[in-house]
Parts: sequence; structure tokens; C-alpha cells
Amino acid sequence: MLPASDQPVQVSPAVTVTGLVKQFGRFAALRGVTAEFASKRLYAILGDNGAGKTTLLRALAGLTPPTRGSIAMLGTTDLRSVCGQLGYMAHPSLLYDEMSGMENLRYFARLYDVKNCDQRCAEVIRAVKLDPSLTRPVGQYSQGMRQRMSLARALLNDPKILLLDEPFSNVDVRSAREMVSLLTDLRDSGKTIFVVTHQASLLEGAADEFVWMEVGQIVSRTPGLQAKVETR
Amino acid sequence: MSAVASLTRATLAKDLRLEWRSKDAINSMLFFSLLVVVIFSFSFDPTAEESRQIAGGLVWVAFLFAAVVALNQTWAREMRNQVLDAYRVSPAPPNALFLAKVVGNFIFVTVLQALMTPLFIVFYNLRALGPAYQLPIVAALGTWALVVNGTFFAAMSLRTRSREIMLPLLLFPISIPALLAMVEATGAILTGEFSARFWIVLLAAYDLVFTIASLFLFGFVLQAE
Repeated sequence: MLPASDQPVQVSPAVTVTGLVKQFGRFAALRGVTAEFASKRLYAILGDNGAGKTTLLRALAGLTPPTRGSIAMLGTTDLRSVCGQLGYMAHPSLLYDEMSGMENLRYFARLYDVKNCDQRCAEVIRAVKLDPSLTRPVGQYSQGMRQRMSLARALLNDPKILLLDEPFSNVDVRSAREMVSLLTDLRDSGKTIFVVTHQASLLEGAADEFVWMEVGQIVSRTPGLQAKVETR
Repeated sequence: MSAVASLTRATLAKDLRLEWRSKDAINSMLFFSLLVVVIFSFSFDPTAEESRQIAGGLVWVAFLFAAVVALNQTWAREMRNQVLDAYRVSPAPPNALFLAKVVGNFIFVTVLQALMTPLFIVFYNLRALGPAYQLPIVAALGTWALVVNGTFFAAMSLRTRSREIMLPLLLFPISIPALLAMVEATGAILTGEFSARFWIVLLAAYDLVFTIASLFLFGFVLQAE
């Protein structure tokens, strides 16, 4: 018998998805997704275009109401009540091009009632390796800088669950590796992270689980990237 | 309540800053209104008496069409980079966003009116024969009627394919009672032939009803796909 400290602890899942169906007209983007995702883990969600990855992420964020099925997050199915504990980064930047990074984050910090607003904004901007004193409007940033600022926005409210859609697209390899390192640090600090990506290799060794999707369903969950490649 | 007020202020400040930097809405509105004033003035060449009779309709139709430009801009800004989604995933109340947009549009249209009114006076040789102090009241109530409905319907038509066409189609029919009240009240004040009191009360009631209805329904519009 294992000593008490070594026994596996029963942790309630951070996210439970049950029979999730999402239809856009006659097209079913999600076809009965059922899964549990434990807390404090980093999940890479992979699949071809049209597999339903982004729709799943948007449904988790509460942006796309499901046609059928349910989502429980942090112990509740009322996603509105936990939206303050979510961080969402979409493929577009979700930033105002005419304002600087700091101005953008100050505004979004107000939406989350973030305390010590300026200090927190500067902290997350530095965390993504950008300069808080940059006065240029975001519209003049490079695509990679915009992606990182978008990640900073998602981190602003110190969320328990992070939902990231293609965070590494248009980001150079070095910056992408820095972002992965930041994500693993965040996971180690207790956050549950979902990353939709086509650049799975970047997350090898960092992600706890690779979730493979095909035609609106989760078809496989593997601990490593190689495992799925071998079974295909 | 204070959270809504605080977020309304923050969103309004952000919108004013964005408009100050881009000048998208105000430039288009000014240009459009200017064209209306000049073209109508040269087309009809009315006498002072005729001007007083038609000015109410002319002024409000010009402001209504110009306001549509601003109303489309106000949400187009939120659709670029899908910034609206950032608001939708946050715990911020939908009404704060709506109120900020309404107040913002109210300010834009009021600035437009302040700039255009002297031109209307000059081009149409206007002088109020009735109680002129009622004109700012009619202007404020009429503008609020336009922007509160316009902001709401612009949000509704946001995800439609041809939203520039959809907005006037939705907005104009529902604005007819308000437009009628604005035109009649303005006409009454300019000509001095009858009292504008009934139309002002009607306009105030219209504003109250549609503001409450829009605030009640905006949450559904914002969260709709």
C-alpha cells in the first residue's frame, strides 16, 4: 500500500464536456464531444482544418452556445458565472489597432476589475517579452508582437483556465519557444491550459496530453505526440 | 450600478479616444450633412417663410442619415480583430457597453449638430418665431431617440452580411413616430404657429420606452451568434 502522500489524489475535473453538438445550419462542427479535462494540465488540441478545434474552444469560452450537450467548468454549467476565471486568446488579436498595448490592456483590465491595474498590465506585458512603455499603436506591431500582446491580454485577469487558439501562428521559432516556456510555467503555477495549434511539435515535452480531433469528434488522447503518429 | 457606471465611463473614454485618433465617424457625418445642406439649398432656393415650413423635416432627415454613418462605424470598430469577443468573454455587464455606445453616438451627433446648425441658419435664412429655448430640448430628445434605437439595431445587424443596408431597413420604420415628433416640434418652434409641447412630451415618452426596451434586450443581442 502506498503511503498517504503518494496516493493519487482525486481531483474534480476543471472541464467536463458531455455530448457536445454544435451545428451551423446543416453542418455539424462538433458531433457529440464527451471528455473530461483535469485541472493544472496543459492540453494540446490537434487536428486538421475543419476538425472542430476552434469551435470546441469557442464553446468552452461561452462564445458559441452548443446545439446540444453541456459544458461544466470549475464545477458549474453556468459558464457566465465563471467567465472571470477564463482567459481567451483567439486567432484574431482581440485588440484595438489604434491604441497602444498598454492602453488596450488598461481597458480590458477594467472589464475584469483588475486591482493595481497599471502594475498588472506592465507585469503581463513583460511576461510575454514586450516593453510596457511602447507607445506605438498595436496596428503598427509585427504579427508576432500582436500575438504576444494578445496572450498578455488573455493573462490579464490571472485566469484559472486559459483557452488559446493558434498562439504560435506567425510567431518566429524563438518567440514561440519562449511562449511555450511561459505556458509551462503557468501550468506549473496551477492553471489549466488548452492550446489549439497546428504546430504540435512545439508543445512536445511541454503538453501533458495531446487531444486529437477529426470531423467534430475527439478520436484520441495521447500523452505524447509520437503515440498518435504511430497509431494513424 | 456603480460597476455599470464605471465600465460605461471606461468604454466611452476608449471610444472617444479611438474616434479622436481615426475620425472615421465624424468626418463621414460632416461630409454627408454638408452635402445635404448645400444640395437642398441650391435645389429649392426657398424663401424665409418656406424655409421655416420645411426646415424641421430637412434638418432631421439630414441628421438621421448622417447618424446612420456613425452608428455603423461604432460597431464596425468592435468587429475589427473581433474585439467584441473579448468583451463577450469578460464578466462585464452588456448594458455598460450599450450605454457607452449610445452616449458616444449622442456626443458625435451633437457635435455634428453644433457644427451644422449655423450652416442651416445661413443657407436657409432661419429664425425661430416660437420659443427658441425649446429647440435644444427637441434636439437632445430627438438625438437620443435616433441613437438609442440606432445603436441597438446596428448591434442587431452586426453579423448580417449586408449590415449597412440592414441598419436603415430596421431603424427607419421604427423611428417614424420619433421623426414625426422631431419634425413637428421643430416646425412649431420655427413658425410659432402652434405649441410644440405635445410633440416634446411624445418624444420624451418614446425615448423612455425605447431606452428601457433596448437595455433589457441588449444582453440577448450581444450574446447571439
